[in-house]
Amino acid sequence: MSPPLLGVEEGGGNTSTVATSPSIDGDCLGLKERNYLGLSDCSSVDSSAVSSLSDENKSNLNLKATELTLGLPGSQSHEREPKLCLLNSGKLDEKPLFPLLPLKDGICSSSVQKNIASGNKRGFSDTIDGFSELKSSKYTEGNWMFHATGPSSETAQCGGQGKFPGNAGMKAMLPSRTSGAQSTMPKEALPKPAPEGPHALNGAGASQTRASNNAPAAKAQVVGWPPIRSFRKNTLATTSKDNDEVDGKPGPGALYVKVSMDGAPYLRKVDLRNYSTYQELSSSLEKMFSGFTIGQCGSNGTPGREMLNESKLRDFLHGSEYVLTYEDKDGDWMLVGDVPWEMFIDSCKRLKIMKGADAIGLAPRAVEKSKARN
Amino acid sequence: MNYFPDEVIEHVFDFVTSNKDRNTISLVCKSWYRIEKFSRQRVFIGNCYAISPERLIGRFPGVKSLTLKGKPHFADFNLVPHDWGGFVYPWIEALARSRVNLEELRMKRMVVTDDALELISRAFVNFKTLVLVSCEGFTTDGLAAIAANCRFLRELDLQENEVEDHRGQWLNCFPESCTSLVSLNFACLKGDINLAALERLVARSPNLKSLKLSRAVPLDTLQKILVRAPQLVDLGVGSFVHDPESETYSKLLTAIEKCKSMRSLSGFLEVAAYCLPAIYPICSSLTSLNLSYAPGIPGSELTKLIRQCRKLQRLWILDCIGDKGLGVVASSCKDLQELRVFPSDPYGVGNAAVTEEGLVAISKGCPKLNSLLYFCQQMTNAALQTVAQNCPNFIRFRLCILDPTKPDSSTDQPLDEGFGAIVQSCKGLRRLSLSGLLTDQVFSFIGKFAEQLEMLSIAFAGNSDKGMLYVLTGCKKIRKLEIRDCPFGNIALLTDVGKYETMRSLWMSSCDVTLGGCKTLAKKMPRLNVEIINENEEMEECIDDRQKVEKMYLYRTLVGPRKDAPEHVWTL
Repeated sequence: MSPPLLGVEEGGGNTSTVATSPSIDGDCLGLKERNYLGLSDCSSVDSSAVSSLSDENKSNLNLKATELTLGLPGSQSHEREPKLCLLNSGKLDEKPLFPLLPLKDGICSSSVQKNIASGNKRGFSDTIDGFSELKSSKYTEGNWMFHATGPSSETAQCGGQGKFPGNAGMKAMLPSRTSGAQSTMPKEALPKPAPEGPHALNGAGASQTRASNNAPAAKAQVVGWPPIRSFRKNTLATTSKDNDEVDGKPGPGALYVKVSMDGAPYLRKVDLRNYSTYQELSSSLEKMFSGFTIGQCGSNGTPGREMLNESKLRDFLHGSEYVLTYEDKDGDWMLVGDVPWEMFIDSCKRLKIMKGADAIGLAPRAVEKSKARN
Repeated sequence: MNYFPDEVIEHVFDFVTSNKDRNTISLVCKSWYRIEKFSRQRVFIGNCYAISPERLIGRFPGVKSLTLKGKPHFADFNLVPHDWGGFVYPWIEALARSRVNLEELRMKRMVVTDDALELISRAFVNFKTLVLVSCEGFTTDGLAAIAANCRFLRELDLQENEVEDHRGQWLNCFPESCTSLVSLNFACLKGDINLAALERLVARSPNLKSLKLSRAVPLDTLQKILVRAPQLVDLGVGSFVHDPESETYSKLLTAIEKCKSMRSLSGFLEVAAYCLPAIYPICSSLTSLNLSYAPGIPGSELTKLIRQCRKLQRLWILDCIGDKGLGVVASSCKDLQELRVFPSDPYGVGNAAVTEEGLVAISKGCPKLNSLLYFCQQMTNAALQTVAQNCPNFIRFRLCILDPTKPDSSTDQPLDEGFGAIVQSCKGLRRLSLSGLLTDQVFSFIGKFAEQLEMLSIAFAGNSDKGMLYVLTGCKKIRKLEIRDCPFGNIALLTDVGKYETMRSLWMSSCDVTLGGCKTLAKKMPRLNVEIINENEEMEECIDDRQKVEKMYLYRTLVGPRKDAPEHVWTL
């Protein structure tokens, strides 16, 4: 057997000279493994029923993608809930997601499922497919390994035989497959060129972005290659993504916004990245502005000192006197606390602690809350 | 010597620390065997299924320090199913039952449950050291038990484990009376940390030398910790982001300058490059620097930092340093012995990647280099030959070309000659990992020249059974052989079956070995466990000896087939 071809550099014609496996003719559907970069190599991808495919890939229908599920490497139980491919939101527009196709072939599905369930993918034989096509394919982004369940003839050979392609079923038809999920480089700030047309797999969940998972880069992947500990891979994936998300504020990771409070002589600045919950932000703001609040108790009339108490703070900020609001990217003033934290820090431009009559209109619920507490 | 009382002989034996030597001593006579047996304190078990806990205890009842390794190495890369095995609980249970006075436990790639941790914390009164590397199966609750119950805990070292974070206050569980900590590493934890508890713990641990923080520990807490613990030798930074104009930052600068003993830095799990100058004052005395988990530091900042670390002996870094950056390393760090360059983007092609140029530069500048792990875009035979010539002292040489079958990028030839040069020049080479386009020829070189080789990792290489045979016949000291996706079949496997009893283990996946071949081997060698890992349901229906085996893992053992294997792992 000759060693299988591996991922060609995608995009920019930067294809590496990879020896083509002679047995690859590049004309058959094969098992491919999909992998999420954020997770361990292929293996952690569990089977999940994935739904839509982009219309652009009619030939996708020929691909029987196996169910994929996502799971953390090293976790002992694999998640079975269907999840969708996760990509950096910024890059989503251009990158196709994994073509998550429901299994069409019953036989394959169970085997594949089992394969996936155990967290290991048959890597190699599946990866060979389509290598020969890489150079000519429009797959500039590289390929995902798919654990596609093809027609039943493939099933027998699929998964775990360790055979090299040469089986009709194993070959990947990358270009026709579109299910070649093109994934962008999740971690790096290096923007990847958008995959070319045929690869667009925007189907399911194109609009979904998940904080923690990044689609693997566009290279073809082999299970367990490169040999990096999954812990390291996952950690780097997560942290790189966080860095990527910084939106132009000074320095990676810092997200300073102005905080103003009605009646205070000057404004403050806080780094939203220092907090991970609304609670923390609240307490911190409370501490910052406590100097100004002494004497201005919450509706329950407690002395200023007790403002330091967190629940009192909630009363304070969400009570009838004060409301914490923020200005979002559109310039609208919104009540803090409605959306998930991650979304909040993405869109928050500045904070404002409103009081009194201004506040009442914005947070009727808050008023009721504080009344209830009293 | 026989006329001395046992205590005297035992005292003499105390000076013999190498277990190999102690094994030899045991063979001299019965009374030496007995004395050595009761005085052996450190036991290393490289494969937890090679022996049972009961036999360990019977052989060395006085064991105080135990090292256990579980899953095969390729489990790190997800080639082994999660439930394969490697459970530590039976070991703890047996040791506890026999009232072994266990003080140190080091585990690698094992499944450690909270129950196991709890049992450790309760059963061993003098327990001092817990080191977990690449383990899984436990949560912060287990850590809480260790913290709460191990009164004399000195070392709690968690390296790259998958820990489920229950958001408990495990750090709070260290009692106020616990002042014995020397080393605490929780960098791999993902959840929140009770910062106040951490500060108090550091404050009451005057012997603390090594502290590695998780990402949840922000810079201002770091500053407070450093004020309390200027004696730290080894520091892992959690989050290193702050406004450089702030008072906290300047306090940090002051604190860092007082850390005169600092020799090793790691972590920076979250970092802003503009904060890095804070550590410049200690760079000149650093001997070890690990920035491989620090995301997003541009190459220019890295080089600015490394230029000042002239005493560096160990450097772990991401490939965004680039070839030029490695050139800076080569000119600044003349004492460098160990270098690891990890890919910042394993699946893509980036400008950040390193090539053979970086490696050649390093070899020219750092002649003391003896340990290398290098992930690169490409390699050439010429470069490897140069490296072999410049650095004959390699003990560990692991090269990983991101595209595993890539030939010499300038000649398109296989990389046989290059690796051949390495094994020929580095006579002390003990560990080797190959990649790139390779034929049987490279194995002929290895078999011929790599006399001290103990561990060999092969992927996507070779043309025929001859390749594997070269290694098996030539490398007399080989202990661990792991092969994936190579055209080696039954002939290679079965030619010298006795060889496997001289080795710890053999892993073969996606090769040409068939079920029949494995069965034959298992039959001939009863003291080997030949495990077939098969995750394809298909296999059960068509169990044909001619079928190729997906994954085979065999290892020598004194205790026969294990009883805890999951369904899809068969011991033949």
